[in-house]
Amino acid sequence: MLILVASGWRIYNASPLFGFKFPNDWTLGGWLAGAMQWHFAAMWLVALCGLVYVTYGVASGHFLRKLLPVTPAALRRDVAAALRGKLVHADLRVYNAAQRAAYLGAIAIGIVLVLSGLVLWKPVQFHSLGLLMGDYEGARYVHFFAMAALVLFVIVHVVMAVLVPRTLPTMFTGRVRVPTAARSD
Amino acid sequence: MKRLFGMRESLKVQSRPQIERIERRLFLRQGLSLGALALLSGCSVTDAESVQKVLWAMSRWNDRVQGWIFDPARLAPEFPESAITMPFPFNAFYGMDQAPAVDAASYKLELGGLVRDRKAWTLPELYALQPQVSQVTRHICVEGWSAIGKWSGVRFSDFLKRIGADLTAKYVGFKCADKYYTSIDMPTALHPQTLLALRFADQVLPVPFGFPMKLRIPTKLGFKNPKHIVAIFVTNQYPGGYWEDQGYNWFSGS
Repeated sequence: MLILVASGWRIYNASPLFGFKFPNDWTLGGWLAGAMQWHFAAMWLVALCGLVYVTYGVASGHFLRKLLPVTPAALRRDVAAALRGKLVHADLRVYNAAQRAAYLGAIAIGIVLVLSGLVLWKPVQFHSLGLLMGDYEGARYVHFFAMAALVLFVIVHVVMAVLVPRTLPTMFTGRVRVPTAARSD
Repeated sequence: MKRLFGMRESLKVQSRPQIERIERRLFLRQGLSLGALALLSGCSVTDAESVQKVLWAMSRWNDRVQGWIFDPARLAPEFPESAITMPFPFNAFYGMDQAPAVDAASYKLELGGLVRDRKAWTLPELYALQPQVSQVTRHICVEGWSAIGKWSGVRFSDFLKRIGADLTAKYVGFKCADKYYTSIDMPTALHPQTLLALRFADQVLPVPFGFPMKLRIPTKLGFKNPKHIVAIFVTNQYPGGYWEDQGYNWFSGS
């Protein structure tokens, strides 16, 4: 994902949508052609991982169990709690409503990124898909804002994990260490 | 003595989980340092020959995938004349005032490669070709911007048939008066919207936009639309291109 973002910024710089460019030091590829090579190589990796993840999540019921339901009331309550610094994530096996919404949102943004990317790559072959997002020029904006949203998600995600470092081992191993009072060490 | 030895053994057994944990921690820490080191040398990662090889190989793979995705019957969207972009942007690897001035009277289009009738074509002969068709299509630049324009000319497939080109060959290559060169795949060359364009916006093709002739391909990025063409050849040997040889994806289809 980092490769796609960094090379994507270089591609953006070749013809900026807004009145700013990304500093070249933050980008990957050295120039437009190099950045496109990275982008079009890494897209396969990310799309394949995403496909496996989403297929598994839906087929195994993992999404259904972990990410649903998210009610607006619970979401309001948990976001408010989070902003006051009082959100609890005591049982690592259960996501709170703010987390569920964020993770569902990130998955949706990922799908939007892939679809708008397809339109930018193949505006003629995927023209009907492009019409859903304002054709080629519209897809450029969709792709840009989806990127911005995903970068924002990652930043918040990392900040939260740093604030609650207890979650880190579980994230990587998938196992939950249930705190036991009777630990001798 | 025997008891003492036994105690030491049992101590070892007891502390084994702790030792394992410490080892795991060390391993993780070393892993992190390795990752940090790789990031530090990030600038050289891009230039490393092996990385470049992988990126080029992926680009060739993308050529192949795009060949599969390309539907020879799918047309690029056409627009009303009111949608035409004014003024139409100029783009080349040189400034607008350096566009080559091709002499119309002495101009000859050379043909080569797997072509039956290699007679060169003069400009009046090209203008007399029938039928001439028009299209209002979107030109998409590799840089990201796009512009809608109107081009008129002869269907390239008609021209290829007329000159007896080997339509089973893999590539059609182009040489231009400004030393630009590029090449395309045969399915795209035969696409109904691929035009040997002689006119732009109902005028004789202006110098900045490729006088006397350009290839208009609405199913490819702008740089795959060569201007000021002076020679066309049909071949099975990969001809590359000015930008393609520097790293731009060869197929670059829309």
